Amino acid sequence: MNRRLKETPSQTAGPYVHIGLLPEAAGIEVKQHGISSSTRLGSGMPIIITGVVRDGAGEIVKDALLEIWQADGNGNFADGHRGFARCHTDFETGEFRFKTVKPGSVAWSDGSSQAPHITLMVFARGINMHLHTRIYFGDESDANASDPVLNAIADGRETLLAKPDTSSNNSYRFDVSLQGEAETVFFDI
Amino acid sequence: MTCDTKSDFYPRDRSWHPKGLTPAYNSTVLRSPKRALLKMPTSLSETSGPVFGHNVLGEHDADMLRNAVVDGDPIGERIVVSGRVLDENSRPQPDVLIEAWQANAGGRYRHVRDGYLAPLDRNFSGYGRCLSDAQGNYTLRTIQPGPYPYPNNGPAWRPAHIHLSLFGASFAQRLVTQFYFEGDPLIRHCAIVNAVSDPAAVDRLVAKLDLDNAVPFDALAYRFDIVLRGRNKTPIDAGHG
Repeated sequence: MNRRLKETPSQTAGPYVHIGLLPEAAGIEVKQHGISSSTRLGSGMPIIITGVVRDGAGEIVKDALLEIWQADGNGNFADGHRGFARCHTDFETGEFRFKTVKPGSVAWSDGSSQAPHITLMVFARGINMHLHTRIYFGDESDANASDPVLNAIADGRETLLAKPDTSSNNSYRFDVSLQGEAETVFFDI
Repeated sequence: MTCDTKSDFYPRDRSWHPKGLTPAYNSTVLRSPKRALLKMPTSLSETSGPVFGHNVLGEHDADMLRNAVVDGDPIGERIVVSGRVLDENSRPQPDVLIEAWQANAGGRYRHVRDGYLAPLDRNFSGYGRCLSDAQGNYTLRTIQPGPYPYPNNGPAWRPAHIHLSLFGASFAQRLVTQFYFEGDPLIRHCAIVNAVSDPAAVDRLVAKLDLDNAVPFDALAYRFDIVLRGRNKTPIDAGHG
């Protein structure tokens, strides 16, 4: 008989998530870690994405941890974990900062193309199961207009658009709102 | 609202996992989305995922009894935690990066933000990592963590637990959880545990005493098996199952 197992239930990453996932932030020295806030993709325009995470009272969340996964500038997923990065929100300012490249477009299941995007996962105390969303780019209006995921969003599509920073080249701003008026659209994928 | 394309993975059972808002765990009140999650099929962005090899691991990452030693063994009950990582189709999951973190025997975290009065242990960091082998098996060696107090809706206590983070072959399988220890009377009082409503699901978070794997005159053993999301079987695949 074909009986499916049930997935292990999720539990919050808690406030001390850094010990396991970014030990240096907790004050623990490790010789070898291999994960940082930069992806290591060979092709694509270098970009920086900064932002904060806010809670339902508008307070900045200073104990969150974020992960990104993305294609390179040609829309290909690189071997290994070169398309992956992890960053915590700063204990004082609450800001996160990823260094990566602007991804190319990736195919949708029917073969059409999706607009350039980065998968983003958010972990923190008070988040029982990690939140899954996407960073799209505000300066990709044409591609965004035909993106199947953005077009499935009735309300809040703008929460997924990183804003180009007009004062600096190749920098984007992407704020996450866990709850409230500007609540980010999160997915069940 | 959904797209009608079929997903490569079984949908997550959101009534089995903890809901976002579980007010008895106070931190969820302002940190849980109010809008329903948008259900979407997977694309290559989710079916692909980071792959980690032994090159990311340090020599003693899987051995928390040794990986932070300054001048002696860490204090506390020595334990071995092992288990198997499967997917929902009972397939072993090899090369899963498992990252672990925990408090020391006194319930204190080695973290710049933890100010609990229990002492730090200079020989213990609570940081550990390993990769599952070809059959999905993993082993960590560590100290039995202590329970500790935390502010919830008033003062509260966490049962002894170890946090685990797992990467399957697909980013869609990403999972962060915690496991507890069989027989701990604090489990049933914990608001974070009780965010999981189904007792059968809570039981899946409890590591079982594993005397057969105890190391004589050295370390007790616990067993904690893990299930990651599985791929949706096509009708053809299902015929073989």
